[in-house]
Amino acid sequence: MPGAQTLNRTPLFDRHEAAGAKLVAFAGWEMPVQYGGVREEHLAVREHAGVFDVSHMGEIETRGPQALAFLQRTLSNDVRRIPEGGAQYAVLCRDDGGVLDDLFTYRLAGETFLTVTNAANHARDVAWLIEQAEAFDVDVLDVADRFAMLAVQGPAARRIVRSLADGELPSRMHVCERRVAGVPALVCGTGYTGEDGVELLLHPDAAGEVWDALLTAGVVPVGLAARDTLRLEVCFHLYGNDLTEERGPIEAGLGWACKEDTGFIGADEVRAVRAAGPAERLVPFVIDGPGIARPGNPVVDGGEVTSGTMSPSLGVGIGMAYVPAAHAEPDTRFAIDVRGKTRDAIVKKKPLYRKDP
Amino acid sequence: MAEASYPDDLLYHPEHDWARVEGEEATLGITWYAQDQLGEVVFFEPPEVGKTMSKDDAYAEVESVKAVSDVIAPLSGEIVAVNEALGDNPEKINQDPYGDGWMVRIRLVDPGETDGLLSADAYEGSLQ
Repeated sequence: MPGAQTLNRTPLFDRHEAAGAKLVAFAGWEMPVQYGGVREEHLAVREHAGVFDVSHMGEIETRGPQALAFLQRTLSNDVRRIPEGGAQYAVLCRDDGGVLDDLFTYRLAGETFLTVTNAANHARDVAWLIEQAEAFDVDVLDVADRFAMLAVQGPAARRIVRSLADGELPSRMHVCERRVAGVPALVCGTGYTGEDGVELLLHPDAAGEVWDALLTAGVVPVGLAARDTLRLEVCFHLYGNDLTEERGPIEAGLGWACKEDTGFIGADEVRAVRAAGPAERLVPFVIDGPGIARPGNPVVDGGEVTSGTMSPSLGVGIGMAYVPAAHAEPDTRFAIDVRGKTRDAIVKKKPLYRKDP
Repeated sequence: MAEASYPDDLLYHPEHDWARVEGEEATLGITWYAQDQLGEVVFFEPPEVGKTMSKDDAYAEVESVKAVSDVIAPLSGEIVAVNEALGDNPEKINQDPYGDGWMVRIRLVDPGETDGLLSADAYEGSLQ
């Protein structure tokens, strides 16, 4: 494979290979797409616990007297509302409101924050933030090399991680330092699957020990393919598909993560779109009948599919699509051109998959 | 099936399709290698009976979790039967690619076309 030698590898690469993972190039990284089977891995997370190596994701540390003011200017959400030890989701906008990335920020101390980026956007995010930082008394540090990241997700995930940890785990949307399997870790009560669980930020040299301990405790290794089906069932956005620089957060349904009064970069445009209403809206859908819509398939009345797969939990084709705002109400039917065949779809409420109460 | 296999009684197309020729008819499907590359098949819509297909052209699509792939006709013919069971159980293509995972049965237009196909050994050799 040309260029294969230039792909980054996570500290767990040898373990993935030994486990028989199919490895693929993803955002400049050689990542496990699946180990056994996608469906099996998906259901392991829904019913028990799975672990994802997401060490390809980037980290940016922001600290200094004006760290809060700086992040308030650059992130779309109200950063003041993050307590120490808290977490918050936000988007990073351009002046015109286009979305550069979507990210979680953890407040580690009063004026020390850690922001987790998408691998494909990391270098651009770092450059953008450093450029914006010139007007602030703040240090913006690319600390991606300092961390490996494991996401442990599923109904049994917390119990298992707790059994390996030296203290209680943080509640949802919180972060704290713990030792997990004897290894110092930042434990974050966040995830991308719709299941309870934690994400662990670890020193790269120690990540293997934690991975091994999790597998020994019965956690199933899960690849990127199931990560995608899991997140799509609960309608979490995937940057590059459902979010791009050409789309704003309001049409993407992320108005809840935008607080225009903070004056973040792009706030004026976001405010204007929120007031006027966007031309298109991102909606979750299910296919009514056979077939699977895929990213890029046109919506017949305008718009396009940005994510689409066969839902392992529901057994039907699901996805998200931008559709004309007038057709975005739940239960609205619309047609998708799937490589020349018309497939009927129905707009649904989020999430597409909900655990039985 | 977990282990690679390429039965000797089949003919193979380099685009990873097999044909079991029986007189003037042939049953078609995709090879072990093809299903392994695809991963779990989650959708297959059989073409219509009565349609004609030309050797080397796509006659159907098979979809895994991540990707859509064309299924290439190893021979030309008219479709006389399709495996309707794959509509509800596309995973049969992974579990039994040469048996329950068969896709279509065709009446051959030109039985001489089989000369252009590969033996099991030659096909397996092409995968190295």
